[in-house]
Amino acid sequence: MRLAPYLLSLPALLLFAGVVVVPLVMTVLLSFHDWGQYKGIEPVFILKNWQEVLTDSYFHEMFARTFRIAFFVTLLAAVFGAPEAYILNRMKSPWRGLFLLVILGPLLISVVARTLGWALLFGGNSGLVNKALMSAGLISAPLPFMFTETGMVVALAHVLMPYMVLSVWAALQRLDPQIENAAVALGAGPFTVLRRIVLPQVMPGILSGAIIVFALAASAFATPAIIGGRRLKVASTLAYDEFLNTLNWPLGAAVAVLLLLALVAIVIGASRLVERRYAQVFG
Amino acid sequence: MSKNGPLALAYHTLFVAFMLAPILVVCWVAFTPEGFLSFPTDNWSLRWFYAIARYPEFVSAFWRSLWLGALSSAIAVGVSVPAALAIARYRFPGREAMTALFMSPLMIPHIVLGIAFLRFFTQIGIGGTFVGLVLAHIVIVLPFALRLTLASAIGLDRAIEHAAVSLGASEWVVLRRITLPLVLPGLASGWALAFINSFDEVTMTVFIAAPGTETLPVRMFLYIQDNIDPLVTSVSACVIAITVAALVVMDRAYGLEKLLVGRGVDGR
Amino acid sequence: MAFLTLEKLTKKFGTHLAVDGLSLEVEKGEFIALLGPSGCGKTTTLQMIAGFVDPTAGAIRLEGRDLLAIKPAKRGLGIVFQSYALFPHMTVAENVAFGLEMQGVVAAERTKRVAETLDLVGLGAFAVRFPRQMSGGQQQRVALARALVIRPSILLLDEPLSNLDAKLREEMQIELRQIQRTVSTTTILVTHDQAEAMALSDRIVVMNQGRAEQIGPPHEAYERPATPFVANFLGKTNLVNGTTVRPEKISFGTSGLAGKVRTRIFQGNHWLYQVDTDGGLVTVIRQNTGEAMPTEGAAVHLVWQSSPPPSSGEVPAGRRGS
Repeated sequence: MRLAPYLLSLPALLLFAGVVVVPLVMTVLLSFHDWGQYKGIEPVFILKNWQEVLTDSYFHEMFARTFRIAFFVTLLAAVFGAPEAYILNRMKSPWRGLFLLVILGPLLISVVARTLGWALLFGGNSGLVNKALMSAGLISAPLPFMFTETGMVVALAHVLMPYMVLSVWAALQRLDPQIENAAVALGAGPFTVLRRIVLPQVMPGILSGAIIVFALAASAFATPAIIGGRRLKVASTLAYDEFLNTLNWPLGAAVAVLLLLALVAIVIGASRLVERRYAQVFG
Repeated sequence: MSKNGPLALAYHTLFVAFMLAPILVVCWVAFTPEGFLSFPTDNWSLRWFYAIARYPEFVSAFWRSLWLGALSSAIAVGVSVPAALAIARYRFPGREAMTALFMSPLMIPHIVLGIAFLRFFTQIGIGGTFVGLVLAHIVIVLPFALRLTLASAIGLDRAIEHAAVSLGASEWVVLRRITLPLVLPGLASGWALAFINSFDEVTMTVFIAAPGTETLPVRMFLYIQDNIDPLVTSVSACVIAITVAALVVMDRAYGLEKLLVGRGVDGR
Repeated sequence: MAFLTLEKLTKKFGTHLAVDGLSLEVEKGEFIALLGPSGCGKTTTLQMIAGFVDPTAGAIRLEGRDLLAIKPAKRGLGIVFQSYALFPHMTVAENVAFGLEMQGVVAAERTKRVAETLDLVGLGAFAVRFPRQMSGGQQQRVALARALVIRPSILLLDEPLSNLDAKLREEMQIELRQIQRTVSTTTILVTHDQAEAMALSDRIVVMNQGRAEQIGPPHEAYERPATPFVANFLGKTNLVNGTTVRPEKISFGTSGLAGKVRTRIFQGNHWLYQVDTDGGLVTVIRQNTGEAMPTEGAAVHLVWQSSPPPSSGEVPAGRRGS
């Protein structure tokens, strides 16, 4: 009987040991191997790739760009997604379900198709976004979106927005609707209720949404590859290039492993901070 | 009691427009009668939808994606059910670690998984094969399958099974007549969510697919990398239409919110 | 003139009449209970007084002023919610201070009044705790303190004790009554628990399907129910030969209505009997005084004093026919 749970989990355990753990270990090892244009991959243990990734300013710039983009995507998602979740939560029954479907649905629509949409909207000077912004009088000359960080940020914010709405929505669901009434009865106006009562309570939801969005933005591939083209590289598109174009697998593996380590450190660190901050209040 | 003011509704309208704009634009351009990218206004044409049939690599990639999704999701659900029962019903050393391991494909960036699979499959000699694709897709969709099977396994009242046993049912009969029918809705939605995730996956698959084993999203991605023309918009419009249809069915059957809330990092 | 007046207060949700022309006058310092089963309109009435629901028709006047013209945030009423609705991200002291802050009370005064009120509800030592770290009974007191600290003109209690277990509920009833006496704030309690309503209030309003069936002091409503609904809702009743008799008013005698004991249940401080008689099944409650009592199957005689007729003013037409 004590063996039962292990026997039940055995198929999944074997699969994950064979197809997740082993390949990841091999990738870490790969990042220490040597590579040459003509000799290919040499299974030796050297630190060359790691030295290059950690000291070369080209990689510094590229990682800085990756995390800068992830930061602004997270900011946009939080600033625009959280109010929308709140509005959604106040809607009446048929509308609420419908718009939840409309806003969360894109999560399941192919990321390639969604990014293609942005490429069409940006599309150089004649793109619809520039036409709309210019006719609204917000800008006088077309802004470059394709092959720029701005374009990547806007498109990624769109791709990842549902995660933020979902996270804040889940936090709002846990709210006691009478709490807002309690604050109103004590004399609080709508703005005070929002700032002093609602926002502090959904803050954990916003922060956990931010962690998810940041991690996904920093490791996103298809969207930066299409919007950034071959010119503007982020960590994931660079790793892709090393693997499938330059064929310097060990260097690509070092970039990918570094991205993984950085993200794990950031996600775990941030989650700990959030948990510690709110443990006493929300338990 | 609490209503949204006009300002909130205006904001909401802009937000929804932002969310839908790129999707609608793709579908709009797909109907262009021109030979180049343009927004059709008075002339609409299905020529680019007919054109898909002349590009066998799109058609075969579509069928491959369909099979890949169906197969890997089915295997993922099959592997998830016993694991979910173990996690739901037993307290054993390593339970949390095991759950974390099974959920880890949500946390690990798909770019890293793609590289790891590429290296591994090349070493063991299944690089660029359909078998490799299935193995990799089982792993990345398993967290979705496991989460929903786990939810229905936890939601299962054990007293119902005990009642069946007290009425003389054997273990096998209990499993077949009581347990499985009760968890079946959870399994079905787990399969559906896994399927959609497999069908859309591009980041990891682009590393391990070779010419001849490319999935539809990979083919679309590689095509867009070279050039954007109306053909890829009509293909995208078809993909969007299929996903929306699946979404509506799943929303009716299970509730999209229930399906998605709690969904974590999926590494896209 | 009454302190608080409800005039033909009516609320329709679609075609459903939740509150149907309710009129009520409440004196200053009075403790009123709105009592009835779920869906009788008692909570809707409370929410209309609080301002969270707008009436379809009718008026609410507080000291002659039209309360409906005042926004909920400006009505200055103290409300204790069923779920307590404490602010989970604020400490007990911050919760209690919130209303004073909204009124612009200066910090020093605020601190003093928060401390006073927390002492009043017996939570002086818990000021820096978060709600989650407290028991249900303690959270209840915080909610009460938060409502009382703003010195409300009216205290509204929405099923305040329903989330507590039976023993704690009884303790809180006594304490709630004492606190209300101390601060002498006009109080309106909404409850479905007739024991709670009778224990706490000066007058009860028994509501059914949006209407007030009877308004009066608890003992009067209990002894002289205006309608069969009130009689049944306020306690067990027997309908014997066309008159209603409370089970505890019936005793065993040597002559009277003859019957046979069908079941006998021991309930600690009393015995519960069901007796078959020619007039139907009669429920009898006898105090447990330690004496020997009739057993199941025993032949008995039932005696009681016929109850006085109901006070005339509160009898709706057609009552006698039922």
